[in-house]
Amino acid sequence: MKALKARPYLMIAPAMTIFAVFALYPIIYMLYLSFFKWNMLGPKIFIGLKNYANLLSSKEFGKVFSNSLYYMALSVLLSIVISLAVALFLKKKTALNGFLRASIFAPYIISLVSVSLIWLWFMDLDYGLLNFILGLFGVKPVDWLSDSHMALTSLVIVSVWKGLGFNTLILASALQAIPEYLYEAAELDKAKPFSVFRSITLPMISPTLFFLALTNMIASLKAFETVALMTQGGPSNSTNTFVYYIYQNGFQFFKIGYASAAGVVMMLFIGAFTIAYFMVLDRRVHYR
Amino acid sequence: MIRARHAIPLTGRLLVSLLIFLVYFVPFYWMALTAIKSKGEMLQFPPTFWTAHPSWDNFAAAFGAFPFWKYLWNSILVSGSIILCQIFTVVPAAYAFARYRFKGSGIFFGLTLASVMIPPQLVFLPVFLLMNRFGLINHYASLILPQAASAFGIFMLRQTFRQVPEEVLEAARMDKASELSIITRIMIPIAMPTISALGLITFIGTWNDYFWPLVLTTSDAVRTLPVGVASLKLLDSGISIPYNVVMAGNLILIIPVLLIYLIAQQRITKAFTYMGEK
Repeated sequence: MKALKARPYLMIAPAMTIFAVFALYPIIYMLYLSFFKWNMLGPKIFIGLKNYANLLSSKEFGKVFSNSLYYMALSVLLSIVISLAVALFLKKKTALNGFLRASIFAPYIISLVSVSLIWLWFMDLDYGLLNFILGLFGVKPVDWLSDSHMALTSLVIVSVWKGLGFNTLILASALQAIPEYLYEAAELDKAKPFSVFRSITLPMISPTLFFLALTNMIASLKAFETVALMTQGGPSNSTNTFVYYIYQNGFQFFKIGYASAAGVVMMLFIGAFTIAYFMVLDRRVHYR
Repeated sequence: MIRARHAIPLTGRLLVSLLIFLVYFVPFYWMALTAIKSKGEMLQFPPTFWTAHPSWDNFAAAFGAFPFWKYLWNSILVSGSIILCQIFTVVPAAYAFARYRFKGSGIFFGLTLASVMIPPQLVFLPVFLLMNRFGLINHYASLILPQAASAFGIFMLRQTFRQVPEEVLEAARMDKASELSIITRIMIPIAMPTISALGLITFIGTWNDYFWPLVLTTSDAVRTLPVGVASLKLLDSGISIPYNVVMAGNLILIIPVLLIYLIAQQRITKAFTYMGEK
């Protein structure tokens, strides 16, 4: 009987150990380190909240902070609007629509390294295909990645392109779950397409939209590969975002405490969005 | 009855379809085409949209720029090990959460949930320090251990285990089957589609991963393909970036994942849909 009681604990032990060591412990250790000054080699010196004070007064971090928010807001907005339009457009189950949905999903499963490198070449100022195509329409060459006013937006475009297939997939399945009789009723009432969209489609998929907004927010806070491979945070820090900044300060400048404090700030953001996400999830489960 | 639900006429619909297709096809096509162009042709203006002289030198250059075969082997070894580890951590944990009532299960399930909201991009610095303290930097263990369990896998598999009807288990217990044989002979075969979908998703994720290898390794001995391909960018070639070589490496990195996607497209999208709806 005793063995029976221990069994479930033994079964979950390996997974729980991994989670505790590689998720829970690092968070606590990061919090701890954020109160110290440390260059990884010398002794750790306790400096209280000094790292946080330095963060708040750092112009660079201010830039990183606003960059991250801009990146998040624009990528979430574009992702949701475009994927909703595409999902509505590809709603009907035809062979062509299925093929298109499969095509736009492809970048979602390939490496961010590959996507970054493809677009680095695509967005090349002089030889990039994008500027050539735009040139056919009379648009002057755009300095996608080395113009400090454009670069961050260019990275957003790449991430929206990569994630569109996933967002469309989720929205398409939400659209398919709307009972057909609602549309039939609207048709009997001779409702206009836009008012059908506003009073049937939109309310029915609003939980999914909210869910996607949150997952996209969290995903955009994690952006690293595009920044590291396409712009290295430049020009003049215009594309430096949370993860890249922590990476720079930790691995290039060896400011472990300072980088940890930046990590704690990022954690607060992710935490807030995640809690919101679970609250929504909880509600959705109850509705079902 | 033909209903006029589509406000957009057929030609318009086809044009939009074509546009969507091109936005996704052209970057891939351009990668593949660039990979077989010579440097001179790559920098030609206006660009050529087909090449009469495909050159395979770029692949040779990519293979020579970093220890390609070593990196490829590392990629396979690390992905394979992570999948194996996940099977041994995820299956029992999912089964325990699905089928047993035990004290503290809520707390442990909470820990599982929490690990979802703690992405590598948040904790890489303390994880690096931890690995460093134990001398694991530049060991395969540093790449495998942080991903040896999957919270998402536990959620998904737990759901599958829960859906198995109680009668099936009752019948097995009547036959005095041990709990272990119930798991291995009944539950795992029933859950096989879910387990293989999870395996595919894990493979795609680890094969593509650039972040952990970048952070946790510095030596050629354990680095994986994405790190090698990304390093092609820095190759000295007289021009700023030898894109033809970069795209050749990129093509090799993409092909396995694309092949898997072509073969198991439905299974993969289904699993991702589940991920999205969870």
